[in-house]
Amino acid sequence: MAILTIAGLRKSFGATEVLKGIDLAVTERELVFIIGPSGSGKSTLLRCINRLEEPSGGSVHFDGIEVTSRATELNALRRSMGMVFQSFNLYPHMTALGNVTLALRKVLKKQREEADDIGRRALGEVGLGDKASSFPAELSGGQQQRVAIARALALGPRIVLFDEPTSALDPELVGSVLAVLRDLKAHGMTMLVVSHELRFARDAADRIVFMDRGQIVEEGPPSAIFNAPREVRTRAFVAELLR
Amino acid sequence: MQTMTAWERFVETFFKPAMLAQYWPDILKGVLVTVEIAAAVVVTGLTLGLALASLRAYRLVAVNALIVVFVDVFRALPPLVAILLIYFGFPSIGISLPSFVVLWVVLAFVLAAFAEEIFWAGITSTPKGQWEAARSTGLTFSATLAYVVLPQAIRLGVPPLTNRTIAITKNTALGTVIGVGEILNQATTAQSFTGNATPLMMGAIAYIVLFVPVVVLGRWIETRFAWRRA
Repeated sequence: MAILTIAGLRKSFGATEVLKGIDLAVTERELVFIIGPSGSGKSTLLRCINRLEEPSGGSVHFDGIEVTSRATELNALRRSMGMVFQSFNLYPHMTALGNVTLALRKVLKKQREEADDIGRRALGEVGLGDKASSFPAELSGGQQQRVAIARALALGPRIVLFDEPTSALDPELVGSVLAVLRDLKAHGMTMLVVSHELRFARDAADRIVFMDRGQIVEEGPPSAIFNAPREVRTRAFVAELLR
Repeated sequence: MQTMTAWERFVETFFKPAMLAQYWPDILKGVLVTVEIAAAVVVTGLTLGLALASLRAYRLVAVNALIVVFVDVFRALPPLVAILLIYFGFPSIGISLPSFVVLWVVLAFVLAAFAEEIFWAGITSTPKGQWEAARSTGLTFSATLAYVVLPQAIRLGVPPLTNRTIAITKNTALGTVIGVGEILNQATTAQSFTGNATPLMMGAIAYIVLFVPVVVLGRWIETRFAWRRA
């Protein structure tokens, strides 16, 4: 059963068409990786799903609700769609726990004690139970990104969108973030990940979507995309990155 | 009469004991008035400036145009000109305001204009990713502004605001031209009665005693609010 259905999604910035009609369905508990060269529209696709970017055409349905409809209460919807960014975007003036609990208190209107409990649990899930009172500047990049993941998880989302979650990290810190993704996968979280971590994708993803120039070129299980790609462009991209 | 030494003349001119004894209550009265106006200016000016910068974040075209006009006018106009214009000009159109109120309103508006620009610069320099992260968790525009963006904008603004606030607060001395009984007014009144500069020196000392702690406090606030970005 698809929890997320994208149909004919288009997005233009001025005269430039970045998404040229994307059709994609994500099933519950699925881990889907979107790969492709830079400028292919991967991040824009992700950002259209929770309408950080306003799509120019097509539709997105999430959990039976039309995201792209004007009538949709976007703020309510976004609680159940977590998002993790390449540059973490932690609030620098708040502790790790403050970052994780802000939306719990101000969106879900939870009392501080309850929010703190949920927040500490979420930080524990990403292995940072002891960093609750640290400020972002006191944490490594890998730790910051895991706080950002905890911030998304604390709201109890049905899906988490990851926009190049490891691209800003030093190589030795990537593993700690990927370990969290693996753990979330084991707990049945639905995830849509834009990433260049092809080796991880090959091991952990249920499905790989290859995009180029605003279109989905090819999709399928990792074994098919990595071992027997049908399209020339897929083959060239995969060969280049796995080399 | 024997001739005075240079030192005696200096003391006689600036620190005449009889004058000190006679006029310290007046100067003290002036200090209280200065403190009252300064406090009123700082509180209302900074609050208004922050409110205008926040309002501007909603990017309503007509509202923003008005804010920009207000800000530019009060940044361009010398406060003394505004004070004279309102105090001596407005009664002719039926608006008579007490001198205290004129001084307060003009200085508060000037501070608000500068504070708006400083807070606005802080708001616009907060990275887009901060907005996106907050909005992606379901926070509204207003909640994002209040809890995520403004705290960062205010911290960025504190160092320039501290200096600006001190500079504008000292302009309370302009009140003397419209008869607000602040420090300088008390001092010049006494000076013109006596023909002796001691009251002016008392006024100068009162300003130093009053503002040096403010300057020190400003420095402390600046270092306290300087924090590392993630």
